[in-house]
Amino acid sequence: MNGTPRPVSILIAALGGEGGGVLADWLVDSARGAGLAVQATSVPGVAQRTGATSYYLEFLPQPIADDASPVFALMPVPGRVDVVVASELLEAGRMIERGFVAPDRTLLIAASHRVYTTLEKIEPGDGRIDDEAIHDTARQLSRRYLSLDLQAIAATHHTVISATLFGALAGSGALPWSRDRCEAAIRAGGLGVPASLAGFADAFERAALAVAPDTAVAAPPPELASILALGHARLADYQDVAYADLYRTRIDALVGSGPATAGHVEAARQLALWMGYEDVIRVADLKTRRDRLARVRAEAQAGPDDIVVIRDHLRPGLEEIAAIAPAPIGRLLHRWVPAKRPIGTRGRGFALATTSITGFAALRLLASMRRWRRSSLRFAEEQQAIERWLAALARLLPADRGFGAALAELPRLRKGYSDTAIRGIGHYERIFAMWVDPMLSRLEPPTDEDTRRLRAAIDEALGTPPSAADPIVAPAAREATARPIRWHARDIERPRGASR
Amino acid sequence: MERSFQEEIRLLRLGAGETFHGEGILAVTKALLQAGVSYVGGYQGAPVSHLLDVMVQARETMDELGVHVEACSNEASAAAMLGASIMYPVRGAVTWKSIVGTNVASDALSNLASAGVTGGALIVVGEDYGDGASVIQERTHAFAMKSALWLLDPRPDLPTIVHSVEQAFDLSEASNTPVILELRIRACHVKGTFVASANRAPRFGTRERMTDPAPFDYGRLAHPPATYAQEKRKYELRLPAARRFIVERRLNELRDGDLDALGIIVQGGLFNTLIRALQAFGLADTFGASRIPMLVLNVTYPLVPAQIAAFCHGRQSVLVVEEGQPDFIEQEIAATLRRHGETAALHGKDLLPMAGEYTAEVLLEGLVRWLEADQPLLDLSAGRALLHSMQDLRTRAKTLLGGALPARPPGFCVGCPERPVFAALKLVQRELGPMHVSADIGCHSFATFEPFSFGHSILGYGMSLASGAGVRSFQQRRPLAIMGDGGFWHNGLLSGVSSTLLNRGDGVLLIMKNGYTSATGTQEVVSTPDPAARRLAEAGSSTGTEVTIEKTLRGLGVRWLRTVHNYRVGRVRDVLREAFTTPFAGLKVIIAEGECQLERQRRLRPLRTQALREGRRVVRTRYGVDDETCTGDHSCIRLSGCPTLTVGPSRDPLKRDPVATVIDGCVGCGLCGEVAQAAALCPSFWRADVIVHPNRRDRLLAALRNAVIDRLARA
Repeated sequence: MNGTPRPVSILIAALGGEGGGVLADWLVDSARGAGLAVQATSVPGVAQRTGATSYYLEFLPQPIADDASPVFALMPVPGRVDVVVASELLEAGRMIERGFVAPDRTLLIAASHRVYTTLEKIEPGDGRIDDEAIHDTARQLSRRYLSLDLQAIAATHHTVISATLFGALAGSGALPWSRDRCEAAIRAGGLGVPASLAGFADAFERAALAVAPDTAVAAPPPELASILALGHARLADYQDVAYADLYRTRIDALVGSGPATAGHVEAARQLALWMGYEDVIRVADLKTRRDRLARVRAEAQAGPDDIVVIRDHLRPGLEEIAAIAPAPIGRLLHRWVPAKRPIGTRGRGFALATTSITGFAALRLLASMRRWRRSSLRFAEEQQAIERWLAALARLLPADRGFGAALAELPRLRKGYSDTAIRGIGHYERIFAMWVDPMLSRLEPPTDEDTRRLRAAIDEALGTPPSAADPIVAPAAREATARPIRWHARDIERPRGASR
Repeated sequence: MERSFQEEIRLLRLGAGETFHGEGILAVTKALLQAGVSYVGGYQGAPVSHLLDVMVQARETMDELGVHVEACSNEASAAAMLGASIMYPVRGAVTWKSIVGTNVASDALSNLASAGVTGGALIVVGEDYGDGASVIQERTHAFAMKSALWLLDPRPDLPTIVHSVEQAFDLSEASNTPVILELRIRACHVKGTFVASANRAPRFGTRERMTDPAPFDYGRLAHPPATYAQEKRKYELRLPAARRFIVERRLNELRDGDLDALGIIVQGGLFNTLIRALQAFGLADTFGASRIPMLVLNVTYPLVPAQIAAFCHGRQSVLVVEEGQPDFIEQEIAATLRRHGETAALHGKDLLPMAGEYTAEVLLEGLVRWLEADQPLLDLSAGRALLHSMQDLRTRAKTLLGGALPARPPGFCVGCPERPVFAALKLVQRELGPMHVSADIGCHSFATFEPFSFGHSILGYGMSLASGAGVRSFQQRRPLAIMGDGGFWHNGLLSGVSSTLLNRGDGVLLIMKNGYTSATGTQEVVSTPDPAARRLAEAGSSTGTEVTIEKTLRGLGVRWLRTVHNYRVGRVRDVLREAFTTPFAGLKVIIAEGECQLERQRRLRPLRTQALREGRRVVRTRYGVDDETCTGDHSCIRLSGCPTLTVGPSRDPLKRDPVATVIDGCVGCGLCGEVAQAAALCPSFWRADVIVHPNRRDRLLAALRNAVIDRLARA
């Protein structure tokens, strides 16, 4: 049963709503224009709305007699697909995962940009899949791998990715018909023709040049000196030079005369972020910078003659006011906060008209409270927590580098605002009490097992919170941390035998 | 629906000898016209929505022919429409998504099948099974068998599909029985070619009306004692007539092959996949010729026992390739062979899986098992090697990728008005604790995915409130039922609302009033805002002033009823809280109003383009995140799930975790800002109103503001 022409198969992996169907139509039209038997199908289904979807087509590479009718398949067979076209990098990976990309057969053309999945986005830390792992797999498991930033090319020409995917496919030489025929199919489509043709042509030429997929060069690990310089500048901007000097003094004390380890570098980075914690003063300050106003204009894609009105969504609650109030008043304010009501329901949010005169002036006034920050409640509390962490680092970094490095990373958990911040601080305090304090009270240095446990606890805290509980905290759980904004060490339950 | 089907309508008008290039389901639509239907109806749902959408938009063309088109409010009303063919010699066709639609239609279908038809009656079902399906995995086949409806499952190429439609009407009339034409998802969406015939105007239709109704005939009523005779007639007259027709018209195809000790009996719909699998062994060619003889069942119910026995006669072993469970066809073939004393070994579900889609890979595995047992001399190495390489590829890919890649299920569109309601629900749960949530069918069921993960049960379209009736009897917190306006009109009003009122149930019903059945392609419902209101609404939501649902509920006796605009997250939260905590013990209904963003954008884009071209003042809204104040905890994403709210690398060299960012494609719906406020998330969200072609007042104000801001701003 050999000797008959074998169909060529093309699998298009796309996201719902991206125009994968348009690409399939162009391919069918141009194949038909070339006098070839062709069939395409798809499973759009509910994937129409941003989900992963695929289109599949087969055609015979040579014309056949009119009365002959080939039997085309309606779905791709793993290991037997000639060309896989992916409109996004992870979807390329998915096609490989499902076995549709084979080293002896498949040309893989993939747009190199990422559209992150919800699962990657919702992690409080960094849930993104490593691009390089997909590129590497693609290179190893395909006959030929063509990776181009087709999304950027499309954007340049104000068109959509289906046009540049088509261009790359035609430019790769995989189609047994001419470029004219492809362009004729685009013209026949009727909508946005000039832009589609421009995108098509650009991608066609880049694919024809067959440049090797761009490999990202890993950035060298940052050096202590550059972190120190960045941190010093940041904190001078944040408060004043004296505060920035305090930062340097703290790090110098930590490093001492010995060589700086990775743990020291991480500690320097974390300390810069921590000392520059975001309170309403800082937020007001950052929102009224000239370059910020310019950046919003650019991001909103405003033309030079357009007017841009900026509003900021703010919700200064009692906690925030207490945080910047002088410490005794701040504490008093805290007593008034009805403890049982969830944080998020207190205070009313509003959209402040930042680019109005009164709005802008109000923000500048708030920003100018910087000079009194040192006497605020939150400042006192943060400094106390910082000192405690630094003291632990000073003990444990020399004792065990691995453990010290993990401890240096711990403040990463203290981020976000409002409930998120409270939960982060809760994690921080719990981990500190469970895995750090015991190390401080014993004579022998931390073991690898201790380090592993600490790292695991950090990773777990940074993992995706269970959906129902985030940022919802079940009422029962909430009561356990009734007034969690105050995180003095003495409030924390310690394991037995731990001393301070 | 704002979408236009001009090109599709052109295809429906093709004359004799012209070539049709297009989708399978549209080919079916064209075939209906070629067969001279008088009326067409149905209920939308993938993969058959297109049939009805195109016909509804082509109403004028249809009327020229005399064909009546009806967008039914559910599948039961579509099935009942076929009642027209019981007494009258008119052809009719209806369509829906199966299995779910057939379930809804089944009462009318039973009655229709019992009475039998005079004019040809065809039901086109999209068999939503396998990859890409969105419903429970069951077979329409069972309905065909239990009601004695004939079932066609044609080979998935356009000429065969079109021919089957035309034959189906003849079969229906020859045997007085309604016929189901089943098309799998990929067959509905297959793009192919066939040579068209001319459309046929029906003998009776909107242009050619009958003067008198049919004379009274008790025997045609599905009512005792007529039903006893009808049951007998099904099996004594109609079934034999159908079998004769199937044989005479050669609806099933016999394909010879040189390996005649073997035989394969296959459902028509699986033929192409089977050929692809056989090709792996070199047992079939590109044009479908197979070395193993085949009986291709384009009619899968009823089978013709004599045909089956003749095909199996003298063969050593026969394989039945039948997708889905249970193995109805195989069982019947087994009984047939035994009755005919045929000795061929029978295989099927012993070698192939009982459940799940039959892909080429699945068939390949089954064929290897079959052939190595029954044809040990055949060279199977190529097929085995392919199977091995598939498994090997996947293993290597998994190792190299370092584990499974994250799934990408469908989700709410950018700017979808249903997303804010679920954000508000998260906020309410944070105050009151979680409550039982009955989910439903519709776009809102995307809230069962991350980042929302809402829903304890899905019991069918419009069934959420009814499915909470038992739950509320033993839960301390009031359960919540979520329903779309599509589900409300499809079924929810009766099975949910009226039942709860009758029983004085204490529950909370949340209706998403977006104006359309959006998940199936924004078809209209009875409460869809009329075109004039939509034009008036322009950029706004046109569902705010449409109160059919509110009036219906009040008329029915709902006393606690609140309508709230979806985008007011804080307000939605407050109303939800009130519903869960009010002492009022009856049914509480919240209508969350906000027009489907797809429709709104389709209307808006051309208006905006035109305004910009004419140099008129246009305000465009866009949201963004200040990455300097974003701490990268992503709680905003966990509350919103908007595709344009995503993560990106931080510009700050001191921050390593990715920060939130709003990418192009943001339609400025405002949810992120609302959520940031209502949930007290963070101060990072900004809203920019870009005024294009500003007027004098805009420019003056901006100049004044800029002068002051420039003086005050920090460098």
